[in-house]
Amino acid sequence: MMATLTKALKPILGMQFGNTAKVFGAAVNSQRGKPTYPPPAKYGGRHTVTLIPGDGIGPELLNHVRELFRFSCVPVDFEVVHVNSASTSEDDINNAIMAIRRNGVALKGNVETNHTMPPNHKSRNNLLRTSLDLYANMMHCQSLPGVQTRHKNIDIIIIRENTEGEYSSLEHESVSGVVESLKIITRNNSLRIADYAFRLARDKGRRRVTAVHKANIMKLGDGLFLQCCKEVASGYPDIEFDSMIVDNTTMQLVSKPHQFDVMVMPNLYGNVVSNVCAGLVGGPGLVPGANYGRDYAVFETATRNTGKSIANRNIANPTAMLLASCLMLDHLKLHDYANMIRGAILTTMNETRLHTVDIGGQGTTSEVVQSIMRIIQSGGPLTTEI
Amino acid sequence: MAGNAWRSTVSHVMGAIKTRSPLPRTFSRGIQTVTLIPGDGIGPEISTAVMKIFEAAKAPIQWEERNVTAIKGPGGRWMIPPEAKESMNKNKIGLKGPLKTPIAAGHPSMNLLLRKTFDLYANVRPCVSIEGYKTPYTDVDLVTIRENTEGEYSGIEHLIVDGVVQSIKLITEEASRRIAKYAFEYARNNQRTSVTAVHKANIMRMSDGLFLRKCREVAENYKDVKFTEMYLDTVCLNMVQDPSHFDILVMPNLYGDILSDLCAGLIGGLGVTPSGNIGANGVAIFESVHGTAPDIAGKDLANPTALLLSAVMMLRHMGLHGHAKKIETACFDTIRDEKVLTKDLGGNAKCSEFTADICRRVQDMD
Repeated sequence: MMATLTKALKPILGMQFGNTAKVFGAAVNSQRGKPTYPPPAKYGGRHTVTLIPGDGIGPELLNHVRELFRFSCVPVDFEVVHVNSASTSEDDINNAIMAIRRNGVALKGNVETNHTMPPNHKSRNNLLRTSLDLYANMMHCQSLPGVQTRHKNIDIIIIRENTEGEYSSLEHESVSGVVESLKIITRNNSLRIADYAFRLARDKGRRRVTAVHKANIMKLGDGLFLQCCKEVASGYPDIEFDSMIVDNTTMQLVSKPHQFDVMVMPNLYGNVVSNVCAGLVGGPGLVPGANYGRDYAVFETATRNTGKSIANRNIANPTAMLLASCLMLDHLKLHDYANMIRGAILTTMNETRLHTVDIGGQGTTSEVVQSIMRIIQSGGPLTTEI
Repeated sequence: MAGNAWRSTVSHVMGAIKTRSPLPRTFSRGIQTVTLIPGDGIGPEISTAVMKIFEAAKAPIQWEERNVTAIKGPGGRWMIPPEAKESMNKNKIGLKGPLKTPIAAGHPSMNLLLRKTFDLYANVRPCVSIEGYKTPYTDVDLVTIRENTEGEYSGIEHLIVDGVVQSIKLITEEASRRIAKYAFEYARNNQRTSVTAVHKANIMRMSDGLFLRKCREVAENYKDVKFTEMYLDTVCLNMVQDPSHFDILVMPNLYGDILSDLCAGLIGGLGVTPSGNIGANGVAIFESVHGTAPDIAGKDLANPTALLLSAVMMLRHMGLHGHAKKIETACFDTIRDEKVLTKDLGGNAKCSEFTADICRRVQDMD
């Protein structure tokens, strides 16, 4: 009797214990690179996700995401947190970070950084990534059918270390007119990102991981990174590992991109390589990106553009942000919804008439979103009014 | 004062200035001697090819061959042989083939040694699409100017504690101003319309911020050239989608390294890309940036295009535009015809045949 009672109560008790275990587990269980848990769905099976509109095209694209989710009855509620890029106080961004800690998952637009401000005014996006320790940035570049590009059938996964390297923001002027900027590479972070890369490669059935570096010049820094990658590679004998110098990598990417499978690299090279690959598959409007940490996940467009010049003109390409929201749904284990929306997006991509300006068409953002909603409606599941 | 006079002479000879005659005073009085460094691997054969073509074009150049294998000087420091150094300082202009850096020789990279000896602060790489050598990008016409002495490649690294390494990126006012000035001078002398500074000042506020400030200051003195600033990631993104938007790009060392190789990849690789290094005191060394290719050395299979185009760049630097145009046209015509191409360009002719074809075309032009 006790047994059945416990069994009946298990779901309720289990959830609470699960929560505490998660809290303690997170602190005690400092295993390197354990995959992040999706936060439990509280309050009637609906997830709460933090939404940071950002600047430029961020707000309008995220509005479309919300519209689409509401239409498709996706069980996700958004907690909107605004970050004012013009203010010098860090209260806004700290607020946002707190909200993400609360919910565990976020979807964000890019917050603009005014680089004429003094150095103590740090980039808000960078602050977010380092505070939440979102150590892995993953970008999956795939050629979309229906989009005209110079190279076809590209399929590259880029994993970029997201917290250290050249982005440490440690700079000083030792003598007037001489500035030093520090690039930090640590063993722990390099091992962590390499482990993430190899595990991802194994999970997705990929066969080769390439480390991108400049160890012939930065012998200690990138040398350490490369050594850590080699160490981790020895633990994954089923996956091939090779390395390539960053300038050769960019040259190969524009001439023979099909030789790459999974690539792992420190922060700055990741910036360059991910932008080159985004350009190869059709531009910044098509590729979603994800930032994973041990406990949190934040989704955004891969190239992190603010798009000030095209803001509020209904010409931005919503594909990247919508695909990012699908990645978020996958992370929350709502795979059915994710696949439904993704399928609708790809079907819409095939219609050249609906291409936005950045991929050579004349369609507007709202036309694209309307088309996606129509496809979802005709697909069958329950939707609200169009 | 003398410095100003020298600088104006140097900018005078750097390119065609519309209002003045194309032949500058310094070099019109006959044969100019140029230091030739053949290099290793395929270096000697491509140098011979270039010399042959120049002879056929009757260019007023006399070659002085020198070897730059490092020797240990007094005090235990590695340096290049004194004859080579003397020759370079006398002639001021050099043409260099590929040099190999032996792994365990104990001395630093040869290129680094040359750079330090002659203070070669600017690396210039003009990237123009070659008709006849098809790549997915057909309308490339840009120049990357890269600061070559400091930045991320200063080589200052420390092990802080076990497992934590720091590399220092050094940006100085002087070097930034120098490279910006060179970029604008180049724009003016070669009739280019805009200069774009590439940076990442949103993240590296102080260092790239300093670089940008200096570029802006120098831009004030060159109002005839348009100046823009662009983030590194935006440049990469746009370069891969539409390279025709870019003209001259000026940037610190690391971004320059990556972007110049990216642009070389757009036009067909290092085998067809020319490159020049400009130093203080009027020294300029033009080189081919590909490797020594030891596997095809001595077999008459090498492609001399990169070294040839660098030599053409050298002729333009010296003001010999007529000869430069002749040789460049002959080279491009040969490649466009696609009848006599070396293996890396898609044909199966020998290096000597390719060279002979260009020589024939040059002679036919007279």
